Amino acid sequence: MTTHPRVAAWSEADLDVVGRVRDVVRAPARVLSTDGGRVDPTAPEVVQLAADLVATMRVSPGCVGLAAPQVGEGVKVFCVDVSAHPKTRDHHGTFVLCNAEVVESSRNEKAREGCMSVPDLTGDVKRPSRVVVRGQLPGTGEEVVLEANAFEARALQHEIDHCDGLLFLDRAAGAHAIYARQTYL
Amino acid sequence: MTLLAITVLGHDRPGIIAGTTDRIAGLGLNLEDSTMTLLRGHFAMTLVCAGGASATEVEEALAPLAADGSLTVTVRELPDQQPQGLVGTQWVLTVHGGDRPGIVSAVIGEVAEVGGNVTDLTTRLAGELYLLIAELDLPASVDTDALAVALRSVADQLGVGVTLRPAESDEL
Ligand SMILES: [Zn+2]
Repeated sequence: MTTHPRVAAWSEADLDVVGRVRDVVRAPARVLSTDGGRVDPTAPEVVQLAADLVATMRVSPGCVGLAAPQVGEGVKVFCVDVSAHPKTRDHHGTFVLCNAEVVESSRNEKAREGCMSVPDLTGDVKRPSRVVVRGQLPGTGEEVVLEANAFEARALQHEIDHCDGLLFLDRAAGAHAIYARQTYL
Repeated sequence: MTLLAITVLGHDRPGIIAGTTDRIAGLGLNLEDSTMTLLRGHFAMTLVCAGGASATEVEEALAPLAADGSLTVTVRELPDQQPQGLVGTQWVLTVHGGDRPGIVSAVIGEVAEVGGNVTDLTTRLAGELYLLIAELDLPASVDTDALAVALRSVADQLGVGVTLRPAESDEL
């Protein structure tokens, strides 16, 4: 697999705006179950949203990705950064994609997922571990087609699902594939 | 040989399963199918055992578990019945949204309407979020696209989201 040089070189500094930390909404907020609208990746409000998503991801412990519906915006924009995660193989560091979709996928693997918008539950989800994703970079609007594997592939699909109004709960492998997170009373 | 259904419900603490299975083994019963989980923090277990002991004997043997009043134990003899094989196609149904009364009955009512059978069910209330995941056996004659439409219509009325997907299994 080869990483995409433009995406790997991208950082939120390219956006040239200061991101604001936003509140993360939780299920059952309707925006999380609504198919997001497509955006103009060059629009100033989309550039600001991209910066906000990265800023919010950065301050959230363990967060490797955040999609616009999770900050209450029903549109197809998300950020990821899996560079510090132990399950990561190849990766592109921090990047934001607009209007992204999976164009190719293979090699299903099952793993347990959690989500900042569903803080009390985790679930086993089977997803392809190799994907090709097409999307646009915010700001320039440049179209990119990138390959991802292992944990980055999983993170991308989880975030693209958010943009399409799907939670990991919608992909749970079965009735015994959802677990209550340990809560301390 | 009798088949017994044993349920143990109540306040969770370490050692309930050990105490139950130890007494079951002591009666020479074979533990066949079982399921145990925590429901809103309460211990909930159902066991099906086969062996030579009667329901009364098992109830007496398990009585010490319930002695302090924190657990309820029931033992019932099950009629001899061949398990029905799955006859149709297998599906996973997910429903989630804001908690309100009647979600399960409304959604599962649509499944029953077409002769579908629920083979596994979990519901969870996590904060404001209500979640239902059911595994379904749908007769081959069911128009699953039409069922998905009916489920979406019920879900819309309830203000919840629904997904119906084929249950996938990889043959290896
Ligand atoms: Zn998520």
